Amino acid sequence: MRLLLGVFIAFTLIFGGCASKDKAVKKDRIVVWHWMTDRQEAFEELSKKYEDLTGIKVNFELFSPPDSYSQKILAAAQAKTLSDIFGVLGEKIDVASFIKAGHVVDLTPYLEENEAEWKSRFFTSALAVTSFEKDNAFGVTEGTYAIPIDLMNIQMVCNNKLLRQAGIQRPPQAWEEFIADLKTLKEKGIKGLVSGWAETWMIDCMVSNYAFNIMGEDKVIKTIKAEAPYTDSDWLRVFKLFEELRDSGGLASGVVTMDNKYAEQLFANEKVAFAFNGSWCVNVYQGMNPKLDYSVILPPEASDAYPMKIWGGAGSSFYVNARSFLSKEAVEFLKWLTDKEQQVFLVNKTKNLPSNRQALSGIPKELSEFADDSDSITHPNMWPFQEYPAVIEAFTKGVQSIIIGEKTAQELVEEVQRIKEKEIQRRN
Amino acid sequence: MKKGTREFTNFLFVLPALIIFSVFYIYPFFKVFNLSMHSWNGIDPTMKFVGFAHFKEVIFDDKAWWSSMAQAGYITLWALTFQNFLALLLALACDRAIRAGSVYRVIFFLPPILSEIVVGLVWKWIYNGDFGLLNHWLSMVGLGYLARDWLSDSSTALTAIALVHCWKGFGWAFIILLAGLQTIPRQLYEAATVDGADALKRFTNVTVPMMIPVFVLVVILTILGTMQGFALILAMTRGGPAGHTEVPVIRILFSMIKYRRFGYACCQALIFGFILVCISFMLNRVSKFFKQA
Amino acid sequence: MNRLNKIFINTVIHSFLIFVGLICIFPLLWMLASALKTQQTVFKDMSLLVNSPCWSNFYIAWTKGNFSMYFFNSVLYALSVVFGIVFISSLAAYAFSRLKFPGKNFIFYMFLAAMMIPLPGSFVPLYVLLVKLGLANTRTGYIFSMINVGLALSIYLLKTFFDKLPRDLEDSARIDGCGRLRIWWNVALPMAKPAIAVVTIFNTLNVWNEYILALIILQSKSIMPLQKGLMVFQGAHFTEYPVLMAGITITIIPIVFIYLFMQKFIIKGLTAEVLLG
Repeated sequence: MRLLLGVFIAFTLIFGGCASKDKAVKKDRIVVWHWMTDRQEAFEELSKKYEDLTGIKVNFELFSPPDSYSQKILAAAQAKTLSDIFGVLGEKIDVASFIKAGHVVDLTPYLEENEAEWKSRFFTSALAVTSFEKDNAFGVTEGTYAIPIDLMNIQMVCNNKLLRQAGIQRPPQAWEEFIADLKTLKEKGIKGLVSGWAETWMIDCMVSNYAFNIMGEDKVIKTIKAEAPYTDSDWLRVFKLFEELRDSGGLASGVVTMDNKYAEQLFANEKVAFAFNGSWCVNVYQGMNPKLDYSVILPPEASDAYPMKIWGGAGSSFYVNARSFLSKEAVEFLKWLTDKEQQVFLVNKTKNLPSNRQALSGIPKELSEFADDSDSITHPNMWPFQEYPAVIEAFTKGVQSIIIGEKTAQELVEEVQRIKEKEIQRRN
Repeated sequence: MKKGTREFTNFLFVLPALIIFSVFYIYPFFKVFNLSMHSWNGIDPTMKFVGFAHFKEVIFDDKAWWSSMAQAGYITLWALTFQNFLALLLALACDRAIRAGSVYRVIFFLPPILSEIVVGLVWKWIYNGDFGLLNHWLSMVGLGYLARDWLSDSSTALTAIALVHCWKGFGWAFIILLAGLQTIPRQLYEAATVDGADALKRFTNVTVPMMIPVFVLVVILTILGTMQGFALILAMTRGGPAGHTEVPVIRILFSMIKYRRFGYACCQALIFGFILVCISFMLNRVSKFFKQA
Repeated sequence: MNRLNKIFINTVIHSFLIFVGLICIFPLLWMLASALKTQQTVFKDMSLLVNSPCWSNFYIAWTKGNFSMYFFNSVLYALSVVFGIVFISSLAAYAFSRLKFPGKNFIFYMFLAAMMIPLPGSFVPLYVLLVKLGLANTRTGYIFSMINVGLALSIYLLKTFFDKLPRDLEDSARIDGCGRLRIWWNVALPMAKPAIAVVTIFNTLNVWNEYILALIILQSKSIMPLQKGLMVFQGAHFTEYPVLMAGITITIIPIVFIYLFMQKFIIKGLTAEVLLG
């Protein structure tokens, strides 16, 4: 028995020794939680600068990767231990839940004060994602709840050198031209298009680009509201485009099991002529191949009935914790962070599109090519209604099936419609 | 000592384990069980009671879930046969105390140590259809017609994943089997040799009977590790193409993170766990039967 | 003839082992080579030989990843968690294997079932519980959570090996008047050394690579484990591959050493000597 006692004492000593006491939460600094690994260094520099200016300490705490970060804020939200400023990763419906649970400060009064000085700094599309209109479907009080610190949008990029090599004079503007280019490239032994289509949201993005282009926003929203079916000929047309892509032989092999980082490797190393990618790629390509010569184009239009729309808007936004003792200070800090000077600093450091419109001058050429299509931007988070996740899964996976030759577009639209009807039934 | 006090002091042996287990497992378990009967998105302060609706939906109405089960089962079959057979061969070879045995022992344990990031990057490169090593090697030995995009071809994707899984997992089976072989008293072999048993006889008469509990252990751990494995698949295909390499844990994660259906994810997990528990109890029964036979 | 036969068999065995060994070692070599390249060459030039090795990647990984601080934390976590698990689970496993007490089977099968059932949503109640206990954002909270993670499997593994061990020695020790604890410590544990080595390796690797639980439970940078340092190099979009590879290389070195150290116990299990003595 003495031995047992001895071991237990040793054991508790070891534990006692390494157990640090729960330090009282410090109230003298603003704590920011975020997941933006590539920006942590720039943030730290900025917080030093802010402390020199105001004497207020700001701690940027990085929690990455994004999936784990969302789990962390979910757990912290339940225990009400969120930081003073935090980011929310997710769809608009998640944002709405955070707001309804009382975690988030409504920033509208701050944005509107002094004749809306703060608000006027931003691109309209940047604020749209975190703003809720009157009588919205989510039941959230009208207002703006987060401050965007940068923008992003998703377009097509093309490698100028490879296009020249294949004798293609200009980047394609129409779909037929694009398909023809892919075929030409294939004949020259150059891979045509790459994208991270294992990440199904990127398929969702391309599908809705062409849906807007072929049938227009109204009809897309109508379909989401179940007032028009997916079996409509316009939708069939959208999915047929992927059949054409497959049949052109221009898709890089493995495109449906590739994450976007892998797709970026291939494009950066000049192995593929086109990539469907977001504006963050400027930084990625710069890192892997600074000499890469590429231009940014809108996805080639498949119809002239409606304009091409691309996904975009706020890249990352910060929310202020409604339970924080420092919420006023936090708002002031966010104001400072979105000043022109700090925004220019962030652009230079991290090559993301600034959310402040005054910071736009002097950005790299490729980045400005992304920026100048801001009229065409849309995003599911800006639409009044969102499609059910199960339906999105059905058509994004379905597109993968089309690409590997398992399904036809016709089969796909029928299946999607079936799942849509089932989802509606489940919710009633 | 009286029998009662004796049994009570016996109980003290498991008490520390039981205390930690009750606080950190049983409490969350009941919470999860409770969640499985609610519709909840993970954030809302309130949740809606739905009874057994989620269970009904998973069992009768979730095709993707059951195909993910079948796919995990397929990978597990590979692991049970190919991986464990390989591990046993290697363990037997190393148990013979051959020269340079310790070098092999270290090398065989490298795959389990390596991070999924590295494994994913390397194997994606090997399997790639355009620039992959495998296709390159195949064309070098004149089998170029077999070349394909191994991970995106629906007929090969799952097997390709299963092989990487076996490659990463056999090191574990190897050291457990080796540990098992090493605890067989050497005199048993010596006695058998004296009785005139050859190598094969020694294997069937001494090794196998002594190893049955360890075989069962390895089988159960293989089932557990393979059915619950997902990090490798996320790193290699994210469950694609078109869901052909999805496994249950990926479905659970999707329900939770992508679809924000926490209650549903908990329900999927409970059903998944229940199936695994049933399988392992059956295995335990079978092994008891063998022991008595 | 007999000798030739033996040489032939040995050649077959060795070529098989070498073949498997090569497949195992290839990714490691690739990782090392990548750790010496630059972001621009890492996927351009896939060869395993690096022309102008970029050793500074290791330095960058160490400093930028804040490894000196995280290393200490991870060693602390690995030591206390593994010690805790081996101690608690070997006690319990011994009792499940040898001793009688009411509810024995029920409790054992409960552990077994726990091993099988994943609890995906459990991080939310677990975190809320830790906050209530005042253990959120503390080393203690994280250590106990991690002990719980490895407990069930370790108990099951150790019990299997205890069941398998001959009881003669314990019986003679009992006749000599040893108590149950003495027998557990002096007789059972030494005999189960190979199994304990496996449990140690398994749990060390588990703690060393664990990240998500740490991320949810802990907030302060100063008590985060090593994996947190690696995350700095992999963003949502941007990954610094060579530095990441250098960082991963650094993190697996201790594991290799622990394995090297522990596998001796697997091989030279004292069983034979104990039984002979």
